[in-house]
Amino acid sequence: MLQTVTGPGPVGQAGALRESHLAAYRFMLRARLLDEKFATLYRAGKIQGGVFLGRGQEALSAATGVSLKKTDVFAPLIRDAAGRMAFGEPILDAVRTYLGSALGPMRGRDGNVHRGRPQQGLLPMISHLGAMISVVNGILFARRLKGIPGSVGAVCLGEGATSTGSFHEALNQAAVEKLPLVLVVANNQYAYSTPNDRQFACADLTDKGVGYGVAAHAVDGTDLSACLEVIGGAVARARAGHGPQLVVASLLRLCGHGEHDDASYIVPKLKNSPLGRDCLKLAEESLQQKQFADAAQFAVWRSEAIREIEEAVAQAQREPAPDPYAEKWEALSTENFNEGQGE
Amino acid sequence: MSITYLEAIREAQAHALRDDPRVFIYGQDVGAFGGAFKATKNLAKEYPGRVLDAPISEDAIVGLAVGAAIEGMRPIIEMQFADFSTVGFNQIVNQAATLFWRTQVSCPITVRLPFGGTSGSGPFHSQSLEAIYAHYPGLVVLTPATVEDAYSMLLAAVAIDDPVVFCEHKLLYYHLKADKLPSEALPIGKARIAREGRDLTIVTYSAMLYEAIDAAKELATEGWEIEVVDLRSVKPLDTDTIVASVARTGRLLCVGEAWPWGGVTAEVIARVTAEGYGLLDAPPQRLNAKDTPVPYHPNLWAAHRPTARSVAAAARNLLRQ
Ligand SMILES: Cc1ncc(C[n+]2csc(CCOP(=O)(O)OP(=O)(O)O)c2C)c(N)n1
Repeated sequence: MLQTVTGPGPVGQAGALRESHLAAYRFMLRARLLDEKFATLYRAGKIQGGVFLGRGQEALSAATGVSLKKTDVFAPLIRDAAGRMAFGEPILDAVRTYLGSALGPMRGRDGNVHRGRPQQGLLPMISHLGAMISVVNGILFARRLKGIPGSVGAVCLGEGATSTGSFHEALNQAAVEKLPLVLVVANNQYAYSTPNDRQFACADLTDKGVGYGVAAHAVDGTDLSACLEVIGGAVARARAGHGPQLVVASLLRLCGHGEHDDASYIVPKLKNSPLGRDCLKLAEESLQQKQFADAAQFAVWRSEAIREIEEAVAQAQREPAPDPYAEKWEALSTENFNEGQGE
Repeated sequence: MSITYLEAIREAQAHALRDDPRVFIYGQDVGAFGGAFKATKNLAKEYPGRVLDAPISEDAIVGLAVGAAIEGMRPIIEMQFADFSTVGFNQIVNQAATLFWRTQVSCPITVRLPFGGTSGSGPFHSQSLEAIYAHYPGLVVLTPATVEDAYSMLLAAVAIDDPVVFCEHKLLYYHLKADKLPSEALPIGKARIAREGRDLTIVTYSAMLYEAIDAAKELATEGWEIEVVDLRSVKPLDTDTIVASVARTGRLLCVGEAWPWGGVTAEVIARVTAEGYGLLDAPPQRLNAKDTPVPYHPNLWAAHRPTARSVAAAARNLLRQ
């Protein structure tokens, strides 16, 4: 059997390549399985509110996460279970937030994909699309002011979010300030039900980078190797001081917008096109071809991941729900400024 | 036949499209998909070219509506959630709301806001923004609480020559049902006595109407007769109906789902205190959501907003005074 990612790998560039592929693959696999678990829990009525999957986008998301250092900044979006884990988010954070455990990072106050740990560089998305980019700009800006060198900030978004004013303002801002920002756009062809021809009219979304003087890179989002190379390269360039980088990945969302949505609007032509290929399957084929791992190893990783996920779910389900009587109904950190309870 | 609050909103839009060639609908996913909540279901098919998907650009969506209104059209804008209207806030409060006052050119746009809390929706899909919009001069702000009002007030909104912020509560979408659509309605700006009583007046609006009515039923078993006023429209606000009710009961409790600071409940109390101080037998009270963002977890959410139980408790306190 081949070595696991955590074991001692071969030295040199080939070894590093193998390691990054295997690490990314394992995050992809865990994200796929975690998403499937959330979908099952949702169908069983165990999750309140929406469930949003990253099916078909795991290669892109994992490649983003593994390209970052723990000291970087990451603002994932709704389809980034893989990238979150790769950046260091424990499975338990995800599970606790979806299940509303009082012990999760959001303590039941916020839920599902709206989670993060700002002090560890993992920003908790708000729903308003495009709004996280300038916040990451601000962190990078502050680090420069404080004399902390070498950080990169990565932000994920969908092609739909490129229509927001926030996207345009923040991209321009990052370019003016030459910030080490990497903006990863998953062009999954639909924003909820809205197809690309109702969302934008430029020939290619990378054109939007050009307009702001931002280096832009296109990548096949179904191809893990390509994602690792292009995003890794963009992160390295941002880190080296070449200013903001826009990465646009082409792929297809292989699920509904959320689990409430059957995605019947996705046309068969796209599903049957190269965009509609499953990145996880492609990654397995390519890892086997490269002789980085074999089917037996995939099976081991799969069962390890399933065990880990089941344990996290079992634990979160045993944990207390938030108690409204113990809850501090205070939105300000300055305690004596909190005025009251609405009565 | 039975029709839901959501279907009434769809029907009103269908009728507006049918009867008035100036009407078009613009918003995210409103076209072939029929909207995130299906409030425009089939309308794109029935009215080709007049029900259009918009990019995720709330500022530009509202701006386009204002431009079209200047050109004589009657746009209906659907925000996917009220919470996202804040991205189009500038165009609503600075462009649409000031146009008539500055130029004598009116701005007949309708901005539909699916608003309010539902279990598990969290801080960014639950907000109640009527007070913020009502604060700005130049806007009409409507908060229908019944299927009949959802229908007739949306039709009225489209006919009004001014910008209307139409607040439709998501909690009412599927569960609230009526036998048929109304053929006549109270005028915009008139409140409605939803339940008659003589001991205390509860003034409320939108989904909180049902918490208030349930509280009134509970208090009826204790011998109290609670009058419930459904505002229907928070701007204009029907002070006369409210003051007349307080004249009958001598006690006022205002209930709103929005946050406590300022807002509709504070406005009602300010007006009653100024115009009907002598009618009050006890200090007027109000009950709102707690002063934090709207929480995700159902346990927290249920405690964050007023409920029949907390309304009844507040009313009991007031009745004892
Ligand atoms: C400012 C704003 N407007 C509307 C929405 C509602 N909304 C949530 S997700 C979504 C579609 C997003 O599409 P895209 O950015 O392409 O990401 P994808 O879901 O395809 O990953 C919309 C319209 C929102 N979250 N924020």
